[in-house]
Amino acid sequence: MARAFTPKVVTANALLEGDAVWLTEDNQWTRDIAKAELITDEAHGDLRLLEAQARADEISGAYLADAKPGTDGPEPTHFREAFRTRGPSNYHHGKQAE
Amino acid sequence: MYKYNDFDEAFVRARVAQFRGQVTRRIDGSLTEDEFKPLRLMNGLYLQLHAYMLRVAVPYGTLNSAQMRQLAFIANKWDKGYGHFTTRQNIQYNWPKLQDVPDMLEALADVEMHAIQTSGNTIRNVTADHFAGAAADEIEDPRPYAELLRQWSTDHPEFQFLPRKFKIAVTGAAEDRAVVRAHDIGLQIVRNEAGQVGFQVIVGGGLGRTPMVGKVLRDFLPKKDLLPYCEAIVSVYNLLGRRDNKYKARIKITVHENGLEKIQALVDKRFETIRDGFSGHDQTLLEEIKAAFAAPEFAQKPIDGYEAARLANPAFRSWTDTNLTEHKTDGYAIVSISIKKHGQTPGDATSDQMRVMADLAAQYGHDELRISHEQNVILPHVHKSDLPAIYQALSAADLATANIGLVSDIIACPGMDYCALATARSIPIAQEIATRFDELKIEHDIGELKIKISGCINACGHHHVGHIGILGLDRAGVENYQITLGGDGTQTTSIGERAGPGFSADDIVPAIERLVTGYLDLRESPDETFLQAYRRLGMEPFKAILYPAEDKANAA
Repeated sequence: MARAFTPKVVTANALLEGDAVWLTEDNQWTRDIAKAELITDEAHGDLRLLEAQARADEISGAYLADAKPGTDGPEPTHFREAFRTRGPSNYHHGKQAE
Repeated sequence: MYKYNDFDEAFVRARVAQFRGQVTRRIDGSLTEDEFKPLRLMNGLYLQLHAYMLRVAVPYGTLNSAQMRQLAFIANKWDKGYGHFTTRQNIQYNWPKLQDVPDMLEALADVEMHAIQTSGNTIRNVTADHFAGAAADEIEDPRPYAELLRQWSTDHPEFQFLPRKFKIAVTGAAEDRAVVRAHDIGLQIVRNEAGQVGFQVIVGGGLGRTPMVGKVLRDFLPKKDLLPYCEAIVSVYNLLGRRDNKYKARIKITVHENGLEKIQALVDKRFETIRDGFSGHDQTLLEEIKAAFAAPEFAQKPIDGYEAARLANPAFRSWTDTNLTEHKTDGYAIVSISIKKHGQTPGDATSDQMRVMADLAAQYGHDELRISHEQNVILPHVHKSDLPAIYQALSAADLATANIGLVSDIIACPGMDYCALATARSIPIAQEIATRFDELKIEHDIGELKIKISGCINACGHHHVGHIGILGLDRAGVENYQITLGGDGTQTTSIGERAGPGFSADDIVPAIERLVTGYLDLRESPDETFLQAYRRLGMEPFKAILYPAEDKANAA
């Protein structure tokens, strides 16, 4: 039996800065995961990923990451994805400092 | 130190220009990421969790003060004011922007540095004993051979697409400080029964997913055969190494699957075929390189001031007891500068600290600095009469921590705070362990103890050869830390054994504390190190300390 589809966001690294970005419903790259499009349909997710990957002069390495609905918008479910929304733990650098 | 000749200079500048064009084409969209990735990796540029990362080669860990100052300048101008020294004697910048990288490479070229072959399936930066040229126990300085290997391996047309990355380490001393038995090729300078100097050639060592201790391929290789013999090894590996499975592609697997004898026969055959092609030009070049590495003119001065300062200042005395190593020349010492202040990130130095170290090298250290694979900075040639002034300058820059070789002198990879491959964080665990043992004030009582932490199975933090190794994993979406015991990265190399189930991020530091304080009760005398006690007693008593509840459950 196929595994049930869990909600996803499209995420990537920005081409110039290399930091984490997420795809919004209106096709913008946002640095705030809460503004990302939460994808609940598998076929739609595959399509959105293809569209993201085509934007080679804006981002690198697009993929679908697990997410869940939160009070302000999508939230990460795995600690790796949570770190990507913040930055490193040893210095106040990256998104947490912006 | 080696100075670039016209060829080196032109080669590095041409590569910078080439990469500048590639970056331009990537930014305007004419190169896709798939097309660009192998090009950027050839130039040391990774894309990590939060940003790009540029890995700069520090050949065999040797730097002069101008180079260290330039590393500080780059950190300030294009990064966040610091750099991270790695377990392969390199430096990494964690926050470069893609469009700035060509300028960073140009600035490196200005001081005869580059980032070529710090990534990719090529022969990587050749590493060496960080005390090379200074150690009292050395047969010969290994750096001229490392430099010869670097020139031979850089852009070697046959070896740009190896099955996997390839790492070579060289040491000239009996005490192995370069972990040569955990490299694809390890070279140890030895003297044979006839008194001639040559190399013991070790092959197929490595850590990572399948840790293996290297095997002796040749007991004694005459020095003149170094390049053709290494070329024969890499050539055999290039054809025989597996390309079907990334995890079975390193030469350690090739040697393991084919057997040492078969590899020996193939290498010997290849060696016979190619050795005449090395017509002696390499030996002429080696002589030129050796001249560049001639020892500095050591001064002869009294050391009364040093002895008096030791008596007068207990903190200075403690630092000299811990951070100095015997130098081959009377009156001199090798200084290890700890960049592992308790609670700081292992291997990180700010640009200000880099400048202080550069100034000290220029003023007191014959203009030489080294990066150790244990992520510290070395002043290899310091006269003892200058040590009080050096200590004072280091103290003012927060660089005078007296912990070399102790529990807080931890190797840690960047882990999931930076690395895209990591499965868990390493840095916070290292910071917490160091902070905890500093609070307990027992690290000098504990004595020599090497803790090494990796944030994934690839083992950049060398956890397999830590007396205590810690491996961070992702267990069902939670960080989990496995402990290995009894690893050793020296001439008596051994791979640590897994102690048992892993610990959560909250439980790992108390577990390490239990383990180390437990060892204090188990040791025969304060002279018996953790590793010696482990080798005498075996896993069981340490396991009982780590898993006390289970012990009781089993007894019940």
